[in-house]
Amino acid sequence: MGAYIAKRLLAAIPVLFGLTIIVFLIMAMIPGDPATAILGSYATPENVAKLNKDLGLDKTLFEQYVIWIGNLFKGDLGRSYTLNRPVLDEVLERFTATLILAGTALLLCSILGLLAGVVSAVRQYGLADKAITLLVLVGISRPSFWLGLLLILIFAVNLRLFPASGMYAIYGGGDLKDLLHHLALPAFTLSVVATGVIARLTRTAMLEVLRQDYIRTARAKGLSERKVIYKHAFKSALVSIVPVIGIQAGFVIGGAVYIETVFQWPGIGSMLVKAISTRDLLLVQGGVLVVASAYVLFNLAADVVQTMLDPRLR
Amino acid sequence: MKRYLAAALASAFLAFAPGSEVEAQTPPNVLIVGQIAEPKSLDPHAITAVNDFRILMNVYDGLVRYKDGTLEVEPALAESWTISDDGKTYTFKLRDGVTFHDGSAFNAESVVFHFKRMLDEEHPYHETGPFPLSFFFSSVEDLKADDEHTVTFTLNAPYAPFLSNLAYPTGLIVSPEAVKQHGKEFGRNPSGTGAYKFAEWEANAKVVAVKNNDYWDGAPDLEAVIYRPITDANTRIAEMLSGGLDIMVEVPPDSLQQFKSDASFAVHEQAGPHVWFLILNAKEAPFNNKAARQAANYAIDKTALVENILQGTADVAAGPTPPAFAWAYNEGLEPYPYDPEKARALLKEAGYNGEELTFYITEGGSGMLDPIAMGTAIQADLQAVGMNVKIETYEWNTFLGKVNPGLEGKAAMAEMAWMTNDPDTLPFLALRTEAFPDKGGFNSGYYSNPKVDELLEKARQVTDQAERAKLYQEMQEIVQEDAPWVFVANWKQNAVTKASVEDFKLQPSFFLMLQDVKKPQ
Repeated sequence: MGAYIAKRLLAAIPVLFGLTIIVFLIMAMIPGDPATAILGSYATPENVAKLNKDLGLDKTLFEQYVIWIGNLFKGDLGRSYTLNRPVLDEVLERFTATLILAGTALLLCSILGLLAGVVSAVRQYGLADKAITLLVLVGISRPSFWLGLLLILIFAVNLRLFPASGMYAIYGGGDLKDLLHHLALPAFTLSVVATGVIARLTRTAMLEVLRQDYIRTARAKGLSERKVIYKHAFKSALVSIVPVIGIQAGFVIGGAVYIETVFQWPGIGSMLVKAISTRDLLLVQGGVLVVASAYVLFNLAADVVQTMLDPRLR
Repeated sequence: MKRYLAAALASAFLAFAPGSEVEAQTPPNVLIVGQIAEPKSLDPHAITAVNDFRILMNVYDGLVRYKDGTLEVEPALAESWTISDDGKTYTFKLRDGVTFHDGSAFNAESVVFHFKRMLDEEHPYHETGPFPLSFFFSSVEDLKADDEHTVTFTLNAPYAPFLSNLAYPTGLIVSPEAVKQHGKEFGRNPSGTGAYKFAEWEANAKVVAVKNNDYWDGAPDLEAVIYRPITDANTRIAEMLSGGLDIMVEVPPDSLQQFKSDASFAVHEQAGPHVWFLILNAKEAPFNNKAARQAANYAIDKTALVENILQGTADVAAGPTPPAFAWAYNEGLEPYPYDPEKARALLKEAGYNGEELTFYITEGGSGMLDPIAMGTAIQADLQAVGMNVKIETYEWNTFLGKVNPGLEGKAAMAEMAWMTNDPDTLPFLALRTEAFPDKGGFNSGYYSNPKVDELLEKARQVTDQAERAKLYQEMQEIVQEDAPWVFVANWKQNAVTKASVEDFKLQPSFFLMLQDVKKPQ
């Protein structure tokens, strides 16, 4: 297993390396430049040229890339033009916030999705199944930013039970309780679509397994229904569900962009959107690098878990 | 199993559930301001955004400042000044006994340090830049400290907007000691002389400034001001409605009505030095003909734009200079009336026969208000008088990259908006012959009138405000008649406060001045 993981990690290096080149090229190809973005109405050719020089952007693209990659090996991701602070600090802070949000959402959707899927499958065509199927359909169909705004309107503006935005209280607070309190609405909003997907898949996988002969055998042996479902059926259904949860982890981080914007969650998604619109190349580069590395790790983790669950894959 | 599950769900819910006290209520004497974005820096020379100015104007002072409710300068860190007869030498007498928040003394040397850091590439702390707006002071040839409290600026040519530029954030004085101590990180460890002292900056969450008890102009009543960046307008509104903010700025027109009808909020509006216009390409047909340019001005129903699309958040513009520059504004100007008949007649006179005209629109951008909706409405108005207008829409940075180098060969017209601090800035940079794009200016429509050039040059050299005003007023009259632009709107800045916030007032400068604000509960 160790050798497998090491091999996979080594294989990721050229992927990430290629990615940095692609990001550099794309950022160079889109029209507009950081100096114009900073100067706005004052962007005369003369002012732009001077600022580009001050920012080190008068060098060729190749030179800029070589400098960037050289600094990367020294652990320096450069300095953001728009935030005037080291890219690494910003990216790490932002990524931690996204991980907290996405991690909680992933946990929520795994628990709720698996639970709903199993109940649905066991009570196929029953009232619970119909109710869950309907809820899942609604959950998957509506846009998450809309749900977010609706929840803010109900729980923050009208009932005043939860804060409308931010990660910590602006005055006082700052502890775990405060964090959870701020996390509730955005994490729930973010988890809804993934919950639906996991619930649907779990239902199908469970139904598939429940039709297998060995389940009939287990029942015939006189095992309790609970044991049949959780010990025998659920465990083998899980093998096909885990990779989907791994993929959902990617979607949850991707979907976090909208949720971070709606709830003003200081995550990396909203940072990247802003960085692209202000042509903050180094910030985009640093952000993409971190997110891409995380994707690689998540996929690897999902594969490892799957291998452990399914002896046939070893 | 079910029991465990129920217990797990219940505890999960409890973990997320709010405590008995909901934090939405903000504490007394602490003002929480909803900003539209995270500040870039708190170094006044490194920034360009109005959003960041809102913080800085309360943490720093300049040598001069705008008098309350006007765009006229009055003494601040300088008690008085004299200007030489040739308009090239400015001598400032500085206020005595002022200290920076870091404890170091404010004196003539700090002023010299401040400008040298920005302007002199050889200065040991020039590296703490870049300073994108340093050209505001490009006329400064030299400055020196005559004694502890006197400083003299020598300009390379008479430049009347100099004082007004000193009142702009780029002229705010920073503590040399703090710059030396923090270097490039000064922007996150700012120190000025303002009414509030910087206390804390938690990235993407808040900037906190606390009361400066030793403020030379009287300590403020508030204990602290907290600036919160909330980029999404809907979220900002929700936060205001749920009680998490005391002030929010840039309220979308749609929500303004909601706040106006709710007694727990107060809505503030103030016209500012902003003008929204269409650049017309005066080099190529049809707008190389004055009649066609005037026709565009008559054809567009500006009142409808301002009332329906901007929902009353702007006034109809009459000329190139916003009325907020009260001292320099020509009160006699009336906006072009909406007169499609006259527009048709003028177009006929100009010999326009329905040739396709390209119209550049932007998706957003500083001061651009609602550019797509406005552009579409304008297209419809022009179509109605027989102009065949084709819209091309670009993202803001791309748009600037297309418009700023000039419209020749590309487009007949383009949207544009400016916010400035002096009546000189916009016409000087965008209406002179010497400001054609190939000469480094913003005259993207190639308007040229020797008389206007002369008036603008002269207005820079005259330091007497009344005399300058006359020159600007004459310029406005000529420009309105020549119609190099379609003059559309002057934006009114708005803000909403909780009803419990007292003595808050918006300024025509668009700066957010909080020295006198109170919030007893």
